Amino acid sequence: MIAVEALRVTFGGVTAVDDVSFTVARGEAFGLVGESGSGKSTVLRVLSGLLRSWSGRVTIDGEVQRPVRPRSFARVAQMVFQDPYGSLHPRHTVDATLAEPALVQGLDRIDQRVAQALADVGLDGAVRFRYPHQLSGGQRQRVAIARALILEPSLLLLDEPTSALDVSVQAEVLNLLAGLRQSRGLTMVLVSHNLAVVAHMCERLAVMRDGAIVEHLSAADLRAGRAAHPCTRALLGVGTGDGAHRRHGLREHT
Amino acid sequence: MSPLLAPSPLLVIDDLRVTFPTDAGPVEAVRGLSLTMGRERLGIVGESGSGKSMTGRAVMGLVPVPGRVTARRLVFDGIDLTAPGSVARLRGRRMTMVMQDPRYALNPVMTIGSQILEACHIAGLSGRAARERALAMLTAAGLGEPERVFAAYPHQVSGGMGQRAMIAMMLAPGPDLLIADEPTSALDATVQRQVMAVLDGLVRERGMGLILISHDLDLVAEFCDRVLILYAGRVVEECRPGELARARHPYTRGLLAARPRLDRTQALLPVLRRDPAWLHEESPP
Repeated sequence: MIAVEALRVTFGGVTAVDDVSFTVARGEAFGLVGESGSGKSTVLRVLSGLLRSWSGRVTIDGEVQRPVRPRSFARVAQMVFQDPYGSLHPRHTVDATLAEPALVQGLDRIDQRVAQALADVGLDGAVRFRYPHQLSGGQRQRVAIARALILEPSLLLLDEPTSALDVSVQAEVLNLLAGLRQSRGLTMVLVSHNLAVVAHMCERLAVMRDGAIVEHLSAADLRAGRAAHPCTRALLGVGTGDGAHRRHGLREHT
Repeated sequence: MSPLLAPSPLLVIDDLRVTFPTDAGPVEAVRGLSLTMGRERLGIVGESGSGKSMTGRAVMGLVPVPGRVTARRLVFDGIDLTAPGSVARLRGRRMTMVMQDPRYALNPVMTIGSQILEACHIAGLSGRAARERALAMLTAAGLGEPERVFAAYPHQVSGGMGQRAMIAMMLAPGPDLLIADEPTSALDATVQRQVMAVLDGLVRERGMGLILISHDLDLVAEFCDRVLILYAGRVVEECRPGELARARHPYTRGLLAARPRLDRTQALLPVLRRDPAWLHEESPP
């Protein structure tokens, strides 16, 4: 589904992404992890077409991608952002937000599509004519996912989709994404600093640092503690609460 | 023995309520919260809307208008905080607060140094003594180049450095109680632990009381002596960090179970089911 070869991104004199290569099979979920500033979000922005100055070779769905994407690319790949407060237009109703991509693409049956998209992400029809500020954080992120799905893309790019959410809401959104992936055969690229989230969602992952991939490993490797790079080990101690687990025996609960 | 029975507690909160008037009638953000703490590290955990931040703000007298704070007792080291003017005399001197995001909590048009000097002046230091205290605090907060940070504006330092500077500022007056409201949530995951470790070290060294308010159970369990779990404006459970695994309340157990874990694979994560009965049950003694 995705092949990235020797991707390089520079901003001014700073190299944000340096010689990054990876592939993602159709239907696979692939994780990109690293600290902020490691370049993981930049890679995602290149894939989505949001970032237009880069060099290297990016193939998505069998086609070599140029920096500027055609309008039809929106039906191949869609992105979900970290902050559902910032990524939804504050003065558009949920209905307007969901209908817009379908209008732009000239699709028919927009009314049914919007209703279906809401149902697919487990939202009640009553939220359709509300504004983002009238929704909870979890509902907003569901709207953002519905907006991404309304064009029925085959690739979903997820940038920290649950880091702004409470842990109970995170569980709901992760379950939703896992279910959608299964029912639609979606390919996913998930960017996160939380290794437990990535291991839960993805089969394989790459660890980034200073713009480069320092380690490729499978979720099984990660769970078995077969991470070799010190950077991965450092990430293992944070976000997942792993350090605290060991110290306080939290692991034994349930 | 619980610190509840220790002599002259640092902070006593009894039946705290914070109410906001809305078009649909008053909404209670905190609904009868009680706690007693000494010079210990107390964690308050809850999800958004649980009232944890409002509890911290109520103690500091910083509940925004038109919010209304009532309590049967709200006493800091023997001083009644509900008496007019009493909070204002303590705030910034004996009680200080570290806010979530240094980008918003620091004044963008003042250098970090002049902001810390302000804190020192409030605490009664001036001139060279104030400057020396400010630089010493920046060093204690783990900033390698205190002079540079002192002269810098908030936008010239990273989030982690900004938060260390805020910790330095809040510890400069030598308070007895520090309230830290999500002190690391705006920071990068790998920096979080470093900043918490700095805060923790300083609090222990000075024998202060710390209230750590967070949504992150793991973080609180790692850095606190006692953890209160808040749900809908009330304490539903109190735990020792090492005993979280044996938490009894279904809400606490639900929160713990909802986290993805590296040590096991699950097709679906257990989703927290909220029981309406939780809203009405009594807080544990």
